[in-house]
Amino acid sequence: MEITLSPLEPSVSKTFLTSLLELENGERIRTCLQCGTCSGVCPFGYIMKFPPGKMIGALRSEFFDQVIKSDSVWMCVSCNACSAFCPSNIPITAALMTRAKEEMLLAGNIPTELQSALENTQRYGNPLGESPRKRADWTTGLQPEVNLLAKTRQPVDVLWYVGDYASYHSRMQSATKALAKILNVLGIKFGILGPEEYSDGDSQRLAGERGLFEMMAQKNGQMFRRYKFNEIITTDPHAFNALKNEYPSLGISYPVRHYTQFLYERIEQIKPLLKTELKARIAYHDPCYLGRVNGIFDEPRNLLKAIPGVELVEMTHQRLNSLCCGGGGGGMWLDGFQWEKAHTRLSEWRVREAVAAGAEILAVGCPYEPPRFEDAIKTIQNAGQLKVREIAELLAQAMDL
Amino acid sequence: MKIAVPVKFVPDLVEELNIDPSGTALDTAWLRLIINEFDDHAVEQAILLKEKGGGQVTVMTIESEGADDFLFAAAAKGTDQLIKLTGDFSHANNHGLACAYADILKELQPDLILTGVQAHNDLDGSVGPLLAEQLGLPYVGYVAGVSVAGDKVIARKEYSGGLVAEVEIKLPAVLGIQASEKPPRYIAYSKIRQVMGTAKIEEKPVATLNLSGGSAVSRMFQPEVAQRATMLEGGTDAVADKLVAIFKELGTL
Amino acid sequence: MSQDIFVIIEHLRGRVSEISYVMLAAARPLSKSTGGNVTAVLLGQNAQGLANNLAADKVLYMDHPALAEFTSTAYELALVGLIKENSPRAVLFGHSSIGMDVVGGVSVKLGLPIVSSCRSFTPEGKYVSQICGGKIMVEGELPSPTTLVTMVPGGYKAEGGQSAQAPALTTVPAPALDGLRVSLKQYIEPDTSDVDITKEPILVAVGRGIQNKDNIELADELAKALAGAVCASRPVVDQGWMPTTRLVGKSGKQVKPKIYLALGISGAPEHVEGMGESDTIIAINTDPNAPIFNLAKYGAVVDLLELTPVLTEKIKSAKGG
Repeated sequence: MEITLSPLEPSVSKTFLTSLLELENGERIRTCLQCGTCSGVCPFGYIMKFPPGKMIGALRSEFFDQVIKSDSVWMCVSCNACSAFCPSNIPITAALMTRAKEEMLLAGNIPTELQSALENTQRYGNPLGESPRKRADWTTGLQPEVNLLAKTRQPVDVLWYVGDYASYHSRMQSATKALAKILNVLGIKFGILGPEEYSDGDSQRLAGERGLFEMMAQKNGQMFRRYKFNEIITTDPHAFNALKNEYPSLGISYPVRHYTQFLYERIEQIKPLLKTELKARIAYHDPCYLGRVNGIFDEPRNLLKAIPGVELVEMTHQRLNSLCCGGGGGGMWLDGFQWEKAHTRLSEWRVREAVAAGAEILAVGCPYEPPRFEDAIKTIQNAGQLKVREIAELLAQAMDL
Repeated sequence: MKIAVPVKFVPDLVEELNIDPSGTALDTAWLRLIINEFDDHAVEQAILLKEKGGGQVTVMTIESEGADDFLFAAAAKGTDQLIKLTGDFSHANNHGLACAYADILKELQPDLILTGVQAHNDLDGSVGPLLAEQLGLPYVGYVAGVSVAGDKVIARKEYSGGLVAEVEIKLPAVLGIQASEKPPRYIAYSKIRQVMGTAKIEEKPVATLNLSGGSAVSRMFQPEVAQRATMLEGGTDAVADKLVAIFKELGTL
Repeated sequence: MSQDIFVIIEHLRGRVSEISYVMLAAARPLSKSTGGNVTAVLLGQNAQGLANNLAADKVLYMDHPALAEFTSTAYELALVGLIKENSPRAVLFGHSSIGMDVVGGVSVKLGLPIVSSCRSFTPEGKYVSQICGGKIMVEGELPSPTTLVTMVPGGYKAEGGQSAQAPALTTVPAPALDGLRVSLKQYIEPDTSDVDITKEPILVAVGRGIQNKDNIELADELAKALAGAVCASRPVVDQGWMPTTRLVGKSGKQVKPKIYLALGISGAPEHVEGMGESDTIIAINTDPNAPIFNLAKYGAVVDLLELTPVLTEKIKSAKGG
């Protein structure tokens, strides 16, 4: 891997470093020990021309323009493993990787698939390019009818922020419906925004589109202000992360929880409803933005353990060092690109771990995961019997919903 | 080299299209407009030519939903001049549009006019050739590749089956773009927001539109769409026979 | 002024294009409703032979070096005079790289209306056009005295425009065609190093159901018999059974062939994104609940490994060997 020094462009490195220092805890980048932990724990570190540690090295040695010219940064799935294990507590993902991706976008260095997802978000408010009018179509047929706040204008206790993939993706709609049924059975007074809901923007932010993220946030903020509710719950850890950690700095601040936290709070109410036994060995995959980034490891596990017949098994990578499914940070829309480089997928690695742990079901808590893991299962030899289920689907099944 | 790119907006097919109560036109209540994909390529091609050989690019559109956003994005890509035609375009057909653009272009006197080769809602021909004739300029369409050679351009004209013709055209001329040499570039939203503060859109009013050139629609309707596939019954042999019959019907055999 | 239907014949490098025959097939019933004749208009140099199998009542032929191969300005000048002189009821142009280059200029020069994307005509002589990606159909009268129409394929079979008997051919004088600003420099042959699946009219697509690399051969044979190409969904390419250039889907190519024969493909959204707009989708899958059956026009729940070789044989016999 040769690196050409171009002494003509030290200004790129200087400008970039200055911009980094302006970010929260950005000055910690100066305390990098070049220990290499980040590059080692990065799931794609071995493929990148400039894994995180080397990027900081390039920045210091003033050939960061080489980093921008290469497409190495697009292998980053924003899983936060680097940040979690950095001995100097440098916010590598949030500051360095995200900022680097912003530079790539400004330079026009962007894989086509990602470009479409970003353009779709700008135009339709979701990366899938689906019509905003159809965002609540998943609710068709559900009884009682899901409360569409724009129609009923009733105050509710809970605003359920459904999310892009949970709303539109044909595989995920069954999990979304399952959660709706659970909320009904628990007597939760909730409502959804439906067509008024925009993408949370977090994955787009992590993919380098800060401007687009802010636009989505502002639009969601406007919608939130229209209605009366006490708290927000999300289907998706990325939305949870955005609403909890990023939106407040834009003046949009509400109490927010991931649905697993919300349900776990009601575990005593749920337990007696879990009538049907589910005899299975289940491995729970910690989603990056629920577990590693936001420290929520136990609630989802406890929900699963409450289901009669379930035996929880742990995979090799778990909790803090859970292995990303590869969907974050824009990874969902870089699949082709990353496959070309690595000829392996993080989702495939994870499925192998699940099989090795003896799991019959791989339980997940993020809508990016089922399509990714189910695809991976198709291509792995002895994984054929492994099923992928959202926690909500498993609970609903045990509750006979 | 002065390049002008007149564009048009078309119904966004992501949304469901409905026919209005008269039964002869699209219901505009839920209609969303999006830039004609081929016009997007024309803008990209113009910018590429400017980057290669210098010059000035002017993009023009009519007043419509999304027009401003599109013009600002074009400016962020490197367009020098933004023009928006104002007036009542609700019943405009392509002949009328071409007339309106022709008036502006006669003033502008560009060396090269690039426009999308067609648009999916064209019913009275496409804008490019109509515009060319009104300006008395030569036209070549289905172009995927343009290079400038002094007072001429060499265009790569595509035919079906992958055949390409290299055509030389004396400027000034109009080209109908099928695909730009590189796909339309991505512009970070922050860049567009930045440009919104600095770029200026010139508004030019258009008098009455000439609406001849098309034909009256007596009926607009949606074709029958089957919900589920017609299932072919039987074992391997029976299904194979049925498939052969289908291929024959489709003209493949 | 006449009730004749003129058909502008398109040819490239000595071959008449298929749309020309489709237009002749359309012109026949249209001429019956107007009460006129079908006249084929052929421009070229020493190209009279191309008229031999045209199903027309007569052929007007113009010979000039500048018309030897198609260029927009030469054809436009030639046609303007001819149409003005004859004033037919309708002039059919192909909605193609040839027809669309000239119809606009003729329209403005002669002040004649255009109806484009026309797929067929009703028995009463109304046009039926399809727009908005085929989602909207438009019907209307052809304005008199003369309407220029551009035609897309799909409404008539090319055979209907072919005749065993050569029609009567009249040579008409060509106008002055010098000092033209558009000239053809050369043709560039398509690159045949690998198939460009986005340009293939018939695609045989294989999915997970193909099960292993060896079975791909079955799909190859079928594609060959159909004069199409093989493409694949993600799992097949990931396994290395087919190159990435054949991948159809969200992270691969977007294709819109006439026929998409999906073998053992479930129809996941990521794949549909790449082929959902194909004209006719035929799906073979052993799972009756595969989502692809909601998208396809025809489907069958049979084993593709059994069906494919049988289908290949039957197609070969239908084609006569």
